[in-house]
Amino acid sequence: MSTLVWLAVILITITSVGLLLARDWRWLIIFLSAQYFGMLILTLQNWPLGMASVKVVAGWMSAAILGMTRSGLPREDRAERSNILPRGRLFRLFAAGIVLVIVSSVTPRVDAIMADSGFAITSGSLVLIGMGLLHLGVSNHILRVSIGLMTILSGFEILYSTVESSILVAALLAISNLGLALVGSYLLIASNVEEETELI
Amino acid sequence: MNAPTIWIIAPAFTAILLFPIRNQRVLSILGGTIAVLLALSAQFIPIGEALGVGELSFKIDASLDILGRVLRIQPAEGSLLAIIYGAAALWFFGAEASGTAGRIVPYGLLITTFMVASIAVEPFLFAALFIELAILLAIPMLNSIYQKPGRGVVRFLIYQTLAMPFILLSGWLLSGVEASPGDVSLAAQAASMLGLGFAFLLAIFPLYNWIPLLIEEASPFIVGFLLWILPTVTIIFAAGFLDRYSWLRSSPQTATALQFAGLLMIVTGGIWAATQHHLGRIMAYGSVAETGFAILALSLDSRVGIPILFLLLPARALGLAVWSLALTIFNNQVESMRFSTVRGLLHSFPFAGAALILASLSTGAFPLLAGFPARLALWENLARLSITSAFWMGIGIVGLLTSSFRSLAVLGMADEYTGWEIREDWLQGIMLGLGMIGLVILGLFPQFTQFFLANLPAMFERLGR
Repeated sequence: MSTLVWLAVILITITSVGLLLARDWRWLIIFLSAQYFGMLILTLQNWPLGMASVKVVAGWMSAAILGMTRSGLPREDRAERSNILPRGRLFRLFAAGIVLVIVSSVTPRVDAIMADSGFAITSGSLVLIGMGLLHLGVSNHILRVSIGLMTILSGFEILYSTVESSILVAALLAISNLGLALVGSYLLIASNVEEETELI
Repeated sequence: MNAPTIWIIAPAFTAILLFPIRNQRVLSILGGTIAVLLALSAQFIPIGEALGVGELSFKIDASLDILGRVLRIQPAEGSLLAIIYGAAALWFFGAEASGTAGRIVPYGLLITTFMVASIAVEPFLFAALFIELAILLAIPMLNSIYQKPGRGVVRFLIYQTLAMPFILLSGWLLSGVEASPGDVSLAAQAASMLGLGFAFLLAIFPLYNWIPLLIEEASPFIVGFLLWILPTVTIIFAAGFLDRYSWLRSSPQTATALQFAGLLMIVTGGIWAATQHHLGRIMAYGSVAETGFAILALSLDSRVGIPILFLLLPARALGLAVWSLALTIFNNQVESMRFSTVRGLLHSFPFAGAALILASLSTGAFPLLAGFPARLALWENLARLSITSAFWMGIGIVGLLTSSFRSLAVLGMADEYTGWEIREDWLQGIMLGLGMIGLVILGLFPQFTQFFLANLPAMFERLGR
């Protein structure tokens, strides 16, 4: 089981760095979906399968909402294209490396605070939180902002699952995730409107 | 029948039913009437007591079990619900005059129910989740799907969403501190986490940069609604933390931190407001200072601070409603609310101009207006603690008043031979007129609000006792 948990941490690290580096929105959605699978494995350490699967189902639905919205946009998103410059990739990789160094240094302390939830779970959640924050810091594109927020929430949910197993909280967090994806899709559609046409 | 069903679930379903309605007037009247009915019932129908109507007898239970947790509306919270729904009614009745009824009524009612749920949920720290849902609902209300989202909307979403994890985790840490009160390091970590959460949620300096951006991008009336309901409920949520955790309440560092944060918001809000050249941004910084006053009230001895905190609520609601409606009327007439474009508008929009100035002066604690009694009490009690703090509060107030007089000067600065005309329609005139009368009445007779406010401190077990 321990090996599986560490494999999930590696998966989460790869997907979160991938989210930061990918330019094509299709890759973003694939990485996000894979990230939710890693989250499922980490959440399973504290929650039963039934409850843990709520997170992955909500996460995949959120990814699908964002993916379907982006695929339905009629043209290439100029804001997205201008936001990802070739020279940014190396910088982002470097920044991701710094986040990983910080995570490895703070994991023991956070693990002690969070009722010894386990190094793997703590480090996995901190990687997601750190990468999500980095994502928010380097991009202001709506799709990336939504993904950044969902990544932070995923990290938090993993950490919080070690101390809280309420069904209400699980349901509200799942609704928050879906709501975030819906709001992201809404803003994504709105950001592609050429001119303001207020109909109401 | 139970209280959460009446004041949370039923209004939420009603709000959903309002979405298909397109007629602004119908929406405004329906939404306002529903909110007034909810406010009146919350004020006058006792919770948890047997009621007799003719031969019928019924009792409204305080709680509702939902997914293993409880939504509970205490009998003492009836007046708070009355204030919340009553203030929401102000916005809903004013929605037609502002031309935003299609968005603010259904979304606003739904957001209000989520905020009420955040007060009712037990354990109380789960309130952060309901607040997050309300914030997600606020996005389509703020930004039409036919309008490109600006930086303000995106920052609002990011900052407010980041608050939730901090508050939920801090709640867990705080329970750990309760179990081992001697662990100073854990207490510091929990308090820092909690502080960060509320800094995001209450938009404490410097995390309020989304407010002026948002007011430039979205309808001021809608932004005004959010600037009223989010900080109001959040500050009560924050007071709940102080009520629940005795070590947090009794720690001198908590009072110092609250005082510092409150003063920082009042001073920066006041000074920034005084230096703006945009009417909307002045309201934004005015609301920042308003939140500062509320935080400052929390920093005082709770026997004094909690009544002052509640006294601030009606003035804030009425002031922001009037201010944001006046701004929306200007916004619909000119391309921007910069001083250069609104110069002299007082001559053609006298009601909107006068209402804007009165609401702005009320925020700046101008005597005999709604904001004055609470600020005077706050200032007096703060001066007893620290003259330096009272001085800084004075600086903030001077800044706010400066912004009001600058706005007055600009709005009245018409050409010499410009005549007076009334270009507001009758509905706008009536709504603004009633609002201005309300601002003066609340200032002259603050004891009127005691009918609602007197029993409110009873909603806390320890604060205010």
